[in-house]
Amino acid sequence: MRYIPHTNEEIQAMLKSQGKRSIDELFQSIPDSLIQNEPLKLPAAMDEMTLLHHMESLAGENHTLSRSRSCLGGGVYRHYIPSAVGDLIRRSEFLTPYTPYQPEIAQGTLQVMFEFQTMVAEMYGMEVANASLYDGSTALAEAVLMARRIGKNRKTVLIPLAIHPEYRQVVQTILQGFGDHLVETPYAANGGIDRGSLNDYLNEDLAACIIPYPNFFGIVEETRDIIEKVHAAGGLVIFCVQEPLSLGLFESPGAYGADIVCGEGQSLGLSPSFGGPFVGLFASKNEFVRQMPGRLCGMTTDSKGRRGFVLTLSTREQHIRREKATSNICTNQALCATQMTIYLSLLGKQGFKKLAELNWQKAEYAKQKLAAVPGVRLTHPESATFNEFVLTLPRPADTVLSELRKSGFDGGIPLERWYRSLHHCLLVNVTELNSKEDIDALAVELKGALQS
Amino acid sequence: MSTPGATGLILEEGLLFEQSVPGRIGFSLPAPDVPETDPKTKLSKNILRQKEAALPEISEVDSVRHFVRLSQQNYCKDAGLFPLGSCTMKYNPKTTEAAARISGFANSHPLASPEAMQGNLKLIYELQNYLAEISGMDFVTPWPAAGSHGELTGMLMIRAYHTAKGNPRKKVIIPDSAHGTNPASAAICQYDVVTLPSNKDGILTADAVKAVMDDNVAALMVTNPNTLGIFEENIQEICEIVHKKGGLVYCDGANLNALLGIVKLGEAGIDVLHFNLHKTFSTPHGGGGPGAGPVGVKKKLEPFLPTPLIIKENGTFKVERERPQSIGRVKAYFGNFGMLVRAYAYIREFGPQGLRHISEMAVLNSNYIRKGLEGAYHLPYSKPSLHECVFSDKFQKEKEIKTLDISKRLMDYGFHPFTIYFPLIVHGAMMIEPTESEPKASLDQFIEAMQKIAKECEENPELVKKAPHNTFRSRLDEVKAARELKLRWTV
Ligand SMILES: Cc1ncc(COP(=O)(O)O)c(C=O)c1O
Repeated sequence: MRYIPHTNEEIQAMLKSQGKRSIDELFQSIPDSLIQNEPLKLPAAMDEMTLLHHMESLAGENHTLSRSRSCLGGGVYRHYIPSAVGDLIRRSEFLTPYTPYQPEIAQGTLQVMFEFQTMVAEMYGMEVANASLYDGSTALAEAVLMARRIGKNRKTVLIPLAIHPEYRQVVQTILQGFGDHLVETPYAANGGIDRGSLNDYLNEDLAACIIPYPNFFGIVEETRDIIEKVHAAGGLVIFCVQEPLSLGLFESPGAYGADIVCGEGQSLGLSPSFGGPFVGLFASKNEFVRQMPGRLCGMTTDSKGRRGFVLTLSTREQHIRREKATSNICTNQALCATQMTIYLSLLGKQGFKKLAELNWQKAEYAKQKLAAVPGVRLTHPESATFNEFVLTLPRPADTVLSELRKSGFDGGIPLERWYRSLHHCLLVNVTELNSKEDIDALAVELKGALQS
Repeated sequence: MSTPGATGLILEEGLLFEQSVPGRIGFSLPAPDVPETDPKTKLSKNILRQKEAALPEISEVDSVRHFVRLSQQNYCKDAGLFPLGSCTMKYNPKTTEAAARISGFANSHPLASPEAMQGNLKLIYELQNYLAEISGMDFVTPWPAAGSHGELTGMLMIRAYHTAKGNPRKKVIIPDSAHGTNPASAAICQYDVVTLPSNKDGILTADAVKAVMDDNVAALMVTNPNTLGIFEENIQEICEIVHKKGGLVYCDGANLNALLGIVKLGEAGIDVLHFNLHKTFSTPHGGGGPGAGPVGVKKKLEPFLPTPLIIKENGTFKVERERPQSIGRVKAYFGNFGMLVRAYAYIREFGPQGLRHISEMAVLNSNYIRKGLEGAYHLPYSKPSLHECVFSDKFQKEKEIKTLDISKRLMDYGFHPFTIYFPLIVHGAMMIEPTESEPKASLDQFIEAMQKIAKECEENPELVKKAPHNTFRSRLDEVKAARELKLRWTV
């Protein structure tokens, strides 16, 4: 076996040095009744060549369409990833160490963490960010748990229906033991938060109000009015960002006065990979740092006075605080955080802004083109969106999508899967990967599909 | 024989932000092919970003050098022995990395239609079955993102199971040797934690469990082999006691690397068990993650499995998005799919005999180290151990040398230290797990280094107390880090 170096001679020598005659003797502490005598019922071993061939044929059973002819978004975004990202992230020194519990020999991982925290805080316009959580959905659940800790006796959390539905489901799952204080608030005709629905909850029981930014319909909404009211009621404002590239163009949550900001980092340099591994981003105001979940890297010096980095404030964490910890998280998504840091170092300050503008322009163009197809209209024409928007079709969206797939287009995501009343609605995502030519062709195909 | 040692050319490297030069860029932006509308003309000023994010402005060359230099400041498994106990730092095959990067996997979108993702669904479905067979459980959910997330998922299922019977119950029993994530996960499920002491042999006894078990206990969370590397030999009797009072037994499967093909924990009476794919099935640790923490359950917990479920019908795979009694979703999309691909490939390359060989060699290696260090270091529990062994600093304490010092000194010899100060029941614990990947020669070098350090503790204690001496950075001031709290760069 190529990953296990032991020769028979070595095994014998090692057994002998322990006064053992056989491998079985090593397992004598296990009750006989539990020892397996039959081999596991698993497929036989494979050599590398056969294995990779097998993996390729499995992958081939997916029908992944050309990335430029896909309009699938919904929280997982296709963006161009520079070659340098893939090259650097494969380095053994990033890929194969553990969590940097021994900082003297893990400064690389730690400094990247510090840079990652800085980038997340900068993007979000917040004071402090952690070293990553699992993904956007679990980061939102952690944000809610944190708001409940800060709010002490305050129990109500407002969660808009127009937030990513799977994020909402995850929050519901993780908070189910806490009783029924998650209030789902409806969306208005423009796809944004229904202001009126909040009024009943602006009181001393309000722990937090979640603001999706952009929301699942791609809408980026100005919510200073809501933030003011929530703060006046003594509640916290949690922003949830499913497409962070939007922050190259739109105002940062911190500038609005957000208390906690969480979200997904996938669109910044990670491939869709069927939904993971991604990277959960998490930031807050300084005053709440001791209530934060997850690891934090801090700057310090070594015994010779040189700058260095360590994991810090670990008294919040499970390995010290056990059942009183701010979160149960241990393993996080460090490598994905590293990948995002590399990507953002290349994109830089200007690139972040310009790429965001380009995405917005492409989507505006696609909106015009697709809404001009007879029978098709924009569902939320007055609302600002980033690189994703909703179309109302004259027919159920899933039937149109099957037609489009025949001509090589993944036209978007049918919203009916989560919103029964939106069965004619299609969520369309356009990024820098979709060329004008592809968008034009999609409009033609859509017209054809609707006529057939 | 000599140890790898630690000297070399490691370059100093500033922060990205300190290298930023206005106007520099490392990205090749695609030329716009649609009208270049100015956002200001169409969007209200109220919503446009006013202060730009201060991301660094550097070239691609700067970026590549930066990350290469930083990477070289890290010790890693690909460089050598990384004997962190409980973490199972085994070699991460390059082939499984290659498999996960196949475009059909890496570029597949989770919200595509199920007909378009049959390959992914098949892989996940098969992996669930392999894990069920390995553990003796009936069903496996692959979605949790790490071990701790698996614990939370498992405990939520246990809560749902009891709730369906009319009472979620109040308490969870957790041994004092358990990992911190166990009580932390139970707490999120609103359970009170009852801490159960291990006996003088380092294991749980049936009597100890009996004494705390009542019908308000939802579950017992055990780790088997436990965090001392010792097999909980009373596990069957313990499970019976818990079951008799209507409770369930949760097993933290972090230490499964000792048992592949040797014991199926399901047969011992375990009801729920999580796997750490980033340990046992060798998906890389990546400097702290990502991982994957699938959970196996017995039949009686099937109705509560998280959504979605993958169903096989006439050879096609379907996604069942809702189930009446399910605990619901624990993560968006399909778990850490990329890690599932790696674990699947790993299992397929090893096959049944290969997997058993993993555990045999992991246990052989650990016992070889145990034997090699006995006498030089204090062994607090003499019971036979499996894949890891735990020593303490009791002998060295006489010279006022602590586990921390010994672990730092080990770096000078060119090794990553073992896990320190865990499990909590051992004062100054040194928890050593070499894994099956290490050849005898590297174990011999490690033993030699540890023996030399033991001698240094006697002869030159200051040398050990001030270690490490040869590393890129010397000891870092953690007190200062926490007191002066600098968690980000600012101008
Ligand atoms: C015994 C034990 N249980 C649970 C965990 C938590 O697993 P993870 O880090 O994957 O969340 C660990 C690992 O760190 C562990 O060693």
